This record gives sequence, C-alpha cells and structure tokens, in this order.
Amino acid sequence: MLVASNLQKEYPSGAGALAVLKQVSFTIPQGSLVAIVGPSGSGKTTLLGLLAGLDVPSGGTVSLDGVELNGLTEDDRARLRGEKVGFIFQTFQLIPTLTALENVQVPLELRGEAGGAERAKMLLDRVGLADRMDHFPTQLSGGEQQRVAIARAFANSPKILFADEPTGNLDGVTGAKIVELLEQLNKSSGSTVVIVTHDMTLAERAGRIIRLRDGAVVEDRLTATGAPAA
Amino acid sequence: MTTSRWRFIPGLAWRESRTARRRLLLYMSSISLGVGALVAIDSVADNVQTAVRSQSRSVMGGDISFSSDKRFPDSLRAVLDSISTSGLKVGTVVTFTSMAYAPRTQITRLAQVRAVGPTYPPYGEVTSEPADQWKALQAQPSALVSPSTLISLDAKLGDTLSIGYAQFVIIGTTNSVPGDPGLASAVGPRVYIGEKYVANTQLLGFGSRASFETLIRLPDGVQSPKWVAPFRPTFQKQNIRVRTVVQQEQNMTEAVSRLADFLGIVGMIALLLGGIGVASGVNAFVNRKVDTVAVLRCIGATGSQVLAIYVTQAALMGLAGAAIGAAIGVAIQFVLPTALKGTLPLDVQVQIVPRVIALGLGIGIWVALVFSLRPLLALRRVSPLQALRRDADALEKQRLKDLPSHLVNIALVGSVVLLAVSRSDSWRRGFIVAGGIGAALILLWLSAALLSQLARKLVAQRLPYLLRQGVANLYRPANQTRSVVLALGFGSFLVSTLYLVQANLLKQFDVAASAARGNLVFFDIQDDQRVAIDSMVRAAGQQAAAATPIVTMRIKEINGQSLDAWAASHAVQRRHWAMTREYRSTYRDTMVVTEKLVSGKWFNDVPSTAADTIPQMSIEKDVASEIGLSLGDTITWDVQGVPVRARVTSTREVNWGRFDPNFFAVFQTKALVTAPKMFVLVAAVSSDTAIARIQRNVVLRYPNVSSVDLSLLRSTIMQIIGRITLAVRFLALFSLAMAIPVLFSAVAATRRDRLREGVLLKTLGATRSQIGRILLAEYSLLGMLGALTGMLLSFVGAWALIKFLFDGTFAPALLPAFMIALVMMTLAVLIGLSTGREVFRETPMAALREN
Repeated sequence: MLVASNLQKEYPSGAGALAVLKQVSFTIPQGSLVAIVGPSGSGKTTLLGLLAGLDVPSGGTVSLDGVELNGLTEDDRARLRGEKVGFIFQTFQLIPTLTALENVQVPLELRGEAGGAERAKMLLDRVGLADRMDHFPTQLSGGEQQRVAIARAFANSPKILFADEPTGNLDGVTGAKIVELLEQLNKSSGSTVVIVTHDMTLAERAGRIIRLRDGAVVEDRLTATGAPAA
Repeated sequence: MTTSRWRFIPGLAWRESRTARRRLLLYMSSISLGVGALVAIDSVADNVQTAVRSQSRSVMGGDISFSSDKRFPDSLRAVLDSISTSGLKVGTVVTFTSMAYAPRTQITRLAQVRAVGPTYPPYGEVTSEPADQWKALQAQPSALVSPSTLISLDAKLGDTLSIGYAQFVIIGTTNSVPGDPGLASAVGPRVYIGEKYVANTQLLGFGSRASFETLIRLPDGVQSPKWVAPFRPTFQKQNIRVRTVVQQEQNMTEAVSRLADFLGIVGMIALLLGGIGVASGVNAFVNRKVDTVAVLRCIGATGSQVLAIYVTQAALMGLAGAAIGAAIGVAIQFVLPTALKGTLPLDVQVQIVPRVIALGLGIGIWVALVFSLRPLLALRRVSPLQALRRDADALEKQRLKDLPSHLVNIALVGSVVLLAVSRSDSWRRGFIVAGGIGAALILLWLSAALLSQLARKLVAQRLPYLLRQGVANLYRPANQTRSVVLALGFGSFLVSTLYLVQANLLKQFDVAASAARGNLVFFDIQDDQRVAIDSMVRAAGQQAAAATPIVTMRIKEINGQSLDAWAASHAVQRRHWAMTREYRSTYRDTMVVTEKLVSGKWFNDVPSTAADTIPQMSIEKDVASEIGLSLGDTITWDVQGVPVRARVTSTREVNWGRFDPNFFAVFQTKALVTAPKMFVLVAAVSSDTAIARIQRNVVLRYPNVSSVDLSLLRSTIMQIIGRITLAVRFLALFSLAMAIPVLFSAVAATRRDRLREGVLLKTLGATRSQIGRILLAEYSLLGMLGALTGMLLSFVGAWALIKFLFDGTFAPALLPAFMIALVMMTLAVLIGLSTGREVFRETPMAALREN
C-alpha cells in the first residue's frame, strides 16, 4: 500500500518559493494499477520522485508498504527501493556497459542475493528476450530495451513499481505490447503499479486515474476496468 | 546481511567498467612515468649500494688506509713494519703524476704513475693482459699500463716507456686493479711500476706532488674503525690521513643517495603531476557516469556501494597504470648501467629489486586512489532524480560537514608531505619541498582564477566574435581554465626546473675555448728551467703566457695562536682539510679573470703604512669561512720550514671550473718572491702536431716537467658532461612525455561540454574553420598562461635547488626556458584542437539526440 498525505514540494525561485505540488493526498492499495496523468508542468514527475523516495517533500508524508519515508536517510531510502521498489523510465535507463542479463541482475546483486542470474534469465524469458540476454543495450531496439527495463524492475519482486512515461519513446504497436506486459506482470506478481503518463489511452487501461493540474489533484476516479477505490 | 550487500560489488565494478577501461587506463597512465622514474631510480641506487657494500674493500684495496703527501716519518714506518710482522697483510703505493714518453712513437702523455710495493694490493686480485704480470713489476724495471695509455701513446707491448729519468719496458695492460677505481683510469692514463724503481725516475725531489699510501688488510670479521682507533691519534698528529673501509663505504653510498635523493624528488614531482592528471581524468569520468549512478541509486544502490564500485575501478586501473610504470622503470634500470658504463667506479650488477617494485606499485596505486577519490566522492551525491529528469541538479550540494571529503583532503596533503619527506634526507627538507609544491599549485590556481576574472572583464563587444567566444570559454560555466592551467603549469614547471638546474650545474664546468689563456700547460717547472722552457715554446713559433709561480706551504699559526688553540676557540674541526692541507699558493700584484673580490681591497689599493711591514694576502672565500678567518687576521705559514707571516686583506670568489691556474691563497709579491718555488706555464699552441712536438722536446730535456694538453682534457670532460646532459635531457623529455596524458586528462574533463557546444554551433551555421579559431583562441590563452606561470615558478624552484641543494649560484637561462614554455603551449593547443576533430566528425543530430 502506498499512502501520500498532504504532500507539498516547493522550489526556491527569485520571487519566493514556487509550489510545484500542493497538498496532494491519496492511498493506493496493494496490487492495483494506477495512472497519474496531467499536462506538462503539472507536477507528475515531481510526485513520482516523492512517492519513490527519490526526493524529499517540503511538507506532508509518504508511507510505502507501511514504512514512513520522511524519517529515512538517503541511503535508507535507497535500501528500501532496493527491496520494495521497481522503476521503469521513459528513456529506459539501462546501464550501457552491461548486457541485458547483467542489467537485470544488478538490483539483486546490490541486495547481495545469490542466484541472481537464474532469476534474471527467467524474467528475460518472460519478457520474450531469452535469445537476447548477452546483448548490450545499444544492440537492442527501443521496445527490447524497455522490456529489459521491465524485467529489471521486477527482478527484486517489488511491492510497488513506478513507471515514468513507459511508452513515451516507443511507437504505438510496441508501446501497446509493453503495456500488456506490465498488466500481465501486475496481475501475476501482485505488485502495485503506478504509471505516470500523458497518454490517455494508456491511462484508461489502468484501474484508476489520478489527474494533476498545477500541482494539485483535480480528479481521482476509477476507470471502466478498475476495481473500487479504497 | 551487511557483508552480502558487498559481495557482488567487485564483479559489478569489473563488468560496469567494460567500455571505460581504456579511457580510465589513459587517465591512470598519467602516473606510469612517475612510478617508472621512482622504480628506476630506487632500483639503480639499490644495485649501486649493493655493489658498494660488496666491493668497497676492493675499490679501496684494503680495510685501512694511511696516506700522506709526504713520506711517512721513520717512527711511523716502524709502527707499520710491526703491524706487517704481526702477520697482517700490508701493501704500499706511491702515486704521482709525470710525463710518460714513448721513444719509439715519440709521443708524450701526462700519466698517473702508481709505484706499488710487492704486497700491494693487500685485498683483491689484479688482472692483466697477458695474465700474471703483476709480480714481474718487482723483478725488473717494467710497467703495466691502462689500455688507454697504450692507445694515447700509440705504443705496444715490449716498447720502452720513459718516466722521468728512468726507462721501463711495457709488459702488459691492466684490466682491473683494486684501489684504483675505473672512473679515475677513464679520465687519465695509468702506469704501474715497482716501488723500488721510483728512485730511478728522480721525480720525487723538491716540490713534487706525490701521495704515499699504506693499506692494511684485516682478518675477516674484524671491525676496521675499532681496530684502527688506537693508531689514529699517532698518525693524525703527523698529518697522515686515516681512512677505513667503513668510511669509504659511507662516502660512496652518501654520494649515491644524494644523487638518488635529487632524482627521487624529480620522480616524486613527476608522480604528483601524474596525480593531477588522474584527478582531472577521473573528474571527466565522473561526469560521464552521472546517468548510470542515478539509475543505480534508483534501483537501490547506497552511496557507499556506488563509491565502492568506482573506487574499485579506479584502484584496478591505478594498479595497471602503476604496473606499466614499474615495467618502464625496470626497463630503464637495465638500460641505465650501459649508458653510464665507465662513469661508475664499480661493477654494478643489474638485479631486479622486488622491494622497490612493490614500493613503486604501492605508491602508484596510493597516488592514483588518493587523487581519484576527490572527484569520485562526488558520485555519492548524484541525485537519483537525475534518472527521471535531466534538468534535475546532477549533484546534490556538498555539505560543509562532509567528513569523507575532509578526510580525502587531509590524505592528499598528507601524501604529498609524506612523499616529499620520504624522498628527502631530512624532515625539514621534506617539508620545504612539500611546501614548495603546495605554493606552486596555489600560485597556478590563483593565476588561473585571475585569468578567468580578467577574461570576464576584457570580453568587450568590439572584439571579433570568434575571439570573444574563445575568451569567454575561459570563465563560462564548465570552463577548464583551472584544470588546464594547473596541469600545464605544473608540467612546464617540472620540465623547465630540470633544464635550468642542469644548465646551471654544467655552467660550472665552463670549458669554452676562450676560458683559458692557452691549451698547453707545463707544471712542476723548477726555477732554473723556466726561461729555457719559455724559449722552447717561443722557438716553436708559439705564444707562452707569463709563468705562474707556485709555493707550497701549510698553515702554522693564526693570529699567533696554534692551530689547536684556534680550532678550539673558533669551533672549527682541528682536522678540517682547510687547516691541514698543503697549500699551493702564488704571488702576484693583480687579479686574474677567474677571480672576483668578495670583501676587502686588493693589495695595490690598500694604503700601506711604514709601520705595517706584514705582507698582504687574499684568501678564497670558502676557505676563509671554513677556518673562520676575517679580514685583518694574520696567518703564519710554514713555507718549507721557514715561517712567513701575512695579513688577510681580501677574500675572493674563484671559478674553479676554468683551466687556469687558480689558488686558495694569493700573496703580495714581496711575501714570497724569495721562497723556493716551481712554475706553471700556459702556452697557446696552434696545432696538435705543434703541441706534441713541444711536449716531446720538453720531456726529453726536462723529464721532471709535466705538461697537459688541455684540448684532450677538455674533450674527456666534455664527454662526461655530455653523458650527464643526456641523462638530464632524458629526464626532461620523460617529464614532457608525461605532460601529454596529463593534459589529455585535463582537457577531457570538459570535453563533452565542448563537443556538445561545438556541434550546436555547427547546427546554427558555424563553419569548421570558425569553430577551429574559437578553440585556438581558448587554448592559446590557456597554454600561454599555464606555460608562462610554470616557467616563472621554475626560476624560483631552480634557484632554490641550486642554492640549497647544490650550493651554487643561479643564473636564469631565459631563452631555453622560453622555448620549453613554447613547446608546452603548442602541446596544449594541439591537444585542445584534437577535441575539435571530434566536433567536426559528429553530426549535429548525434549531439542533439544525446540531449
């Protein structure tokens, strides 16, 4: 479960503090698939950064799987991410010097877990890249790179997975395949998936949509496919 | 759990370094040459010291040496005889210089004659060609000569050799003789004869210079200093020098370690320059790794894990850089003895010294790490947000209380100090060297900051756009002014200092033809032979300068006090060479070109009162300070038994490097004109054949008169100087070569920004030539400032080294220093422009996509 309470984020600017997020609150139950949408500059990515503990809020709190992020140091938050969080980025963000297999292994190695190679192979197999394991990111297409990123995101069996514009750099067909993959993994692993996007077609496939504008939540609704909100 | 979080780090570090290894290794190669220099210097020094330890007895020829320039008094001869009869091996040798004349070829050469007793040398074996000829020297008037003697006299075995009034048959050549180091025989010809035939030469009469030495071999295990202690006072009382093999060893190792210290400081500075290169290079590396680190942070890596990954990479590449350096060092170690062949008095066996290699590797890795850590620590502060949005601050602000940063700073300063101290013979000198390096770096840093400031103020709109853009690069964000000026300035500081020290040291051996009044010098001329020799020179159509009189003397009293009393009251060692030596002085009323008055007045200028009947004298300034003499002091000299008093009225600085007769003490003419004396005569002879003819005629008529052909001596000295020059030039080139990877690293730090900017300019319509000119303006300014600041600093550095380490006077060699600065500047421009090549290669799309 992910709980945001009265989240605020301000940045200093010439004319005083600039509020990017204003009193944002919501609760996302375990296992749900949620889309955060909004126009450019509405605060989507800032919210994602705060929810994942990549940044610290100016006010309010985030509770991730029962752990309050506010009191944690940067390294504690990193460890928590290593154990409970997965990430998918618009620009894939694979480590260019590692092969597909090694990229997927990294989160497990950082946790010091043995048997990482086996699990990484299994995940790459599940995303359909069993025959591309030894390829470097530059040798893969955009869709393939994003599939490796998804496998890496699920490597540590995260409680919650954050996806920042996961189809933003892909063509329509490939993007659709990626979304299907995310849905499958969401269902089979029971992980919560939070997708930030401005692609409404993609958002509608989530069970719930949280819409931001000017840093505030202006809409929080279930979609046709969604389960009842908590 | 804690350990398990670290167990995959080394593997991850290795895999992650895949594409960066070559680049990282290039940065780390900055330290290779520094490590190489240290390994080579330490290995050679170790090899030489091992040779000294194992060969010092054979270099000396025994364990104890008693020597004097007079025959030993009978009382002491009796002591030595009793030592000999007690069963110890005792050997004697008389050494003097004389003309050696080969009648068959009619060639004469000045040679050192060593007349050896039947049991000389007490230690070691003499090898000769043909073998076993040494004993024959005692059986008949025969001579063994060094191979160079045979060549210079164009003589062969069986020829007769005239030494003074005696004739010897050449029965062979010597390969090695204990007690006569190889270096000495390389400089001058050697002739060995039996001691009992010395009298036949009639050369050891009045005024001749000879050294009488007795060597004793002690049984193994007997400590020479302890054994000789009871004899020391008796012998020293008679002005006989007592030397033990332990002292010999100390003297030799001291000379070697002093040289190794100087070269070691050079190597250390080279290593620190490498460190700066590493820091700049790793800084560039860190900039490239920000994205990867942000991702790692997103997926759970802690700051320490990230740091561990990249420190592991730096350490591995540092090890590789240091290993390459150690290999270079070992290669130099093997080449160096060949290059120095003949200049060392020892047979040096080249042996790999694992301790030195391990130390070089250790220091190399340490320098690589400690200089990498500063930029690497920044990786802990990479924000994970960077993975989500590029406009996020790449690095979180450094906190003032960031303990690791402070620890690294302390480690950096501590390392420089430790390295400097370990390379100097004292803590004080180490701190001075470290302080000097620190001051040089701070000055370079300040001049770079000043350049940035000036550039900001000077960029006026009226400047042409391309120049304005180039100058503006010096202060804009992500400028490279500091890193390039620091690397370049420190590099040119090092190279230029080396060159200036070498030029100044060699200046002391100024052997230009104009330096001496002539090229043929006759010495040991007796009073009644002077006119005849002068006319022999003139009869050959050559010019002879005035003969210089030489009077031998010793100090007897100073200001009426005995030397014991003077030494005690002036804190001077009684046995100091300046107190005990035999002075060969002259008298004249004018100064010569090799002298400079330091204090007092020259004889003519001093008003002499009728009451002041004491003659005046001038003394060399170092001797005056060693003995504690002041102007007005009176010295009573023992001139062959007759006391002669003289008052010190001036001190002089003497240029000993010139081939002119120079003296510690010069007297007013009236003081010594009646004293027994000999003469030195310098002649300017126009051709080699004339020199040979005059030498031959003089030696045939006056066998006691020696002569030396200065052009021969000059060429020998020039050869030795040539070798030293070559060695220093090699070091300077070595440092210059080192500056290349360092500069590459310095430029690399901002390479990506320059690339992106250049490509953007291209997109906006800039031509290649325009981008080239912008880069040219920027790098010319950077190069000029770095090289010139380094050059100015090198004047200070070289002055300090010459003054404090080599005890000399410094004269700046402006033109060569400017040339070095020019080379460094060109290097900076070329390396800078090579970045431009990539700008020309990249398409605008590639750079824009990267954004």
